[in-house]
Amino acid sequence: MEKRVRFKGIWLPLLLVLPQIVITAVFFFYPAGQAIWQSLFIPDPFGLSKQFVGLGNFEFLLSDRYYRASFITTAVFSTLVTVVSMGVALWLAVLADRLIKGSGTYRTLLIWPYAVAPAVAGVLWLFMFNTRVGVVTWYLGLLGYDWNHVLNGEEAMGLVVIASAWGRISYNFLFFLAGLQAIPRSVIEAAAIDGAAFWTRFRTIVFPLLSPTTFFLLVVNIVYAFFETFGVIHTITSGGPQQATTILVYKVYADGFVGQDLGSSAAQSVILLVVVSILTIVQFRYIERRVHY
Amino acid sequence: MATVSLDGVRKSFGKTPVIHGVDIDIADGEFIVIVGPSGCGKSTLLRMVAGLETVTDGEVRIDGERVNDKEPMDRDIAMVFQNYALYPHMSVFDNMAYGLKIAKTPKPEIEERVRTAATMLQLDPYLARKPRELSGGQRQRVAMGRAIVRKPAVFLFDEPLSNLDAKLRVQMRLEIKQLQRQLGITALYVTHDQVEAMTLADRMVVMNAGRADQIGAPLQVYADPRTEFVAGFIGSPPTNFIDPAALGGQGARMGIRPEHLALCPLPEARVAARVLDAEPLGAETLIHTRLPSGCLVTVRQDGAAPIPDAGAEVGLSWRAGDEMRFDAGGRRL
Ligand SMILES: Nc1ncnc2c1ncn2[C@@H]1O[C@H](COP(=O)(O)OP(=O)(O)OP(=O)(O)O)[C@@H](O)[C@H]1O
Ligand SMILES: [Mg+2]
Repeated sequence: MEKRVRFKGIWLPLLLVLPQIVITAVFFFYPAGQAIWQSLFIPDPFGLSKQFVGLGNFEFLLSDRYYRASFITTAVFSTLVTVVSMGVALWLAVLADRLIKGSGTYRTLLIWPYAVAPAVAGVLWLFMFNTRVGVVTWYLGLLGYDWNHVLNGEEAMGLVVIASAWGRISYNFLFFLAGLQAIPRSVIEAAAIDGAAFWTRFRTIVFPLLSPTTFFLLVVNIVYAFFETFGVIHTITSGGPQQATTILVYKVYADGFVGQDLGSSAAQSVILLVVVSILTIVQFRYIERRVHY
Repeated sequence: MATVSLDGVRKSFGKTPVIHGVDIDIADGEFIVIVGPSGCGKSTLLRMVAGLETVTDGEVRIDGERVNDKEPMDRDIAMVFQNYALYPHMSVFDNMAYGLKIAKTPKPEIEERVRTAATMLQLDPYLARKPRELSGGQRQRVAMGRAIVRKPAVFLFDEPLSNLDAKLRVQMRLEIKQLQRQLGITALYVTHDQVEAMTLADRMVVMNAGRADQIGAPLQVYADPRTEFVAGFIGSPPTNFIDPAALGGQGARMGIRPEHLALCPLPEARVAARVLDAEPLGAETLIHTRLPSGCLVTVRQDGAAPIPDAGAEVGLSWRAGDEMRFDAGGRRL
């Protein structure tokens, strides 16, 4: 059903959308414009003058070995975060969906991590995995495993993935649970009568019917892993060791504010802007086609 | 093909008992309709036979074999749900083929069986469509098709027609009956509609608050109800109940069907009544009256007979053999 209100004239509708437009303009269009503008220049180290270089910053970036490595790091990182957080969330949601007693408590507990800010989550995990006093490190030591994410790039990646995925599980869980509960019970029962055991039902009925939810979460989680994990990375590894956890967003910060290469940093922001635009377009295109099975 | 028997079947949800011991023996190929008011436990009983609900006590047997602890898929049954429960993301063909695919039936055989069923149900033009592209009646047929392609031993229906409009319901009712006869499959059919029950059933089970009040052929149940509840539930318009104190004879309550009552001149009447209102329906007229004792009594008479004015004093008569007397517990005397 489609309900549309029609306004006469132009002033009232304009007035109604004005706050949103102002906010978008101040916090998005203006900084985005600035970034695009700055990406065309190289300022001097003191910020007193700048030199127009056209697409020079981009050319340099794309031929930069470290920048391309950061792309790969980001791809690995966001794939892992997305797969881990969605996989665990789906598993928990399937369990919660079958739960009759105590499901309220279970749900409440699972939602809590979502309320923890990424940077705080990062610090929590950092404490647990601290190379000298961390609880987990100590237990791993007892098992004969020498954990040191400060030196080991793969362990560092593992740690930031866990810390980033952890807070996300709550969010994904809520969506998956809602998706599961929207599937009519009788459809599942019909499949059970048709001979499908639990896993077959999941594969052939539940998962396909969840696909709109899954796809939505896929995009949202990738965007999250790309852009909102800065706090986690900053607190846990600061992009190290040897840039093993320097994802694109972190590199914008590291090159711009630490390295003081503002032109390159701005160019990187523009590239990220393009990436997120593509993701959004894909999402809308695809969702419009797929949601109504 | 199979027999089904329920033996002292009980069901409680937590501490709340819902089914209080039901015994039914269903012969091979028989069409049994479970009928009763909303909430009396019809669906629960059916779902216990399907294996979708655990049996708290008693035994469910299919073909003589105890199935209490068997999964639905191991019971060789098929079920048609009230909301059809079609798989929304699959085509009509895939909906019907789903069970066969899981059973690893060879492809050509699946193809053949689905096509046969589709032809039987006039679904051939729709095989490639998704359920959302079908009308209610067509969805209903797909649900039927999904049940018959698997050639189950027992069909279970839970109010399969209640989402259809009146005309379609009559048509589908006939189709279901024909299909069941043709295939000779034992059927257990739940409804709250007594017309469906009367027309479909070989035997019907009248349920009342978790008990099977009476089991028997529809006309036999109509003619000889064993309890006050059954007398009141089966038949339309419903049986009139009168306090027999003024009439003499035994029992705490007396039932008499509207079609067994006749208006007559006062001197010949067994009881006098005042006319409240009349509903002429064409072929018949329903006349609502009130007895001096306050009981409301409906009389059904031929549409051609003269209709008394509201407020008129009339006499009621009936044959003694049509009286149904019940004790204080509602049991037929
Ligand atoms: N899962 C459940 N948990 C608790 N009580 C239940 C459950 N399912 C059914 N009941 C109760 O059992 C009783 C019988 O329910 P059931 O669904 O069998 O009724 P029904 O005869 O099929 O009614 P209707 O004609 O409305 O479908 C009802 O009082 C209902 O509230
Ligand atoms: Mg029911």
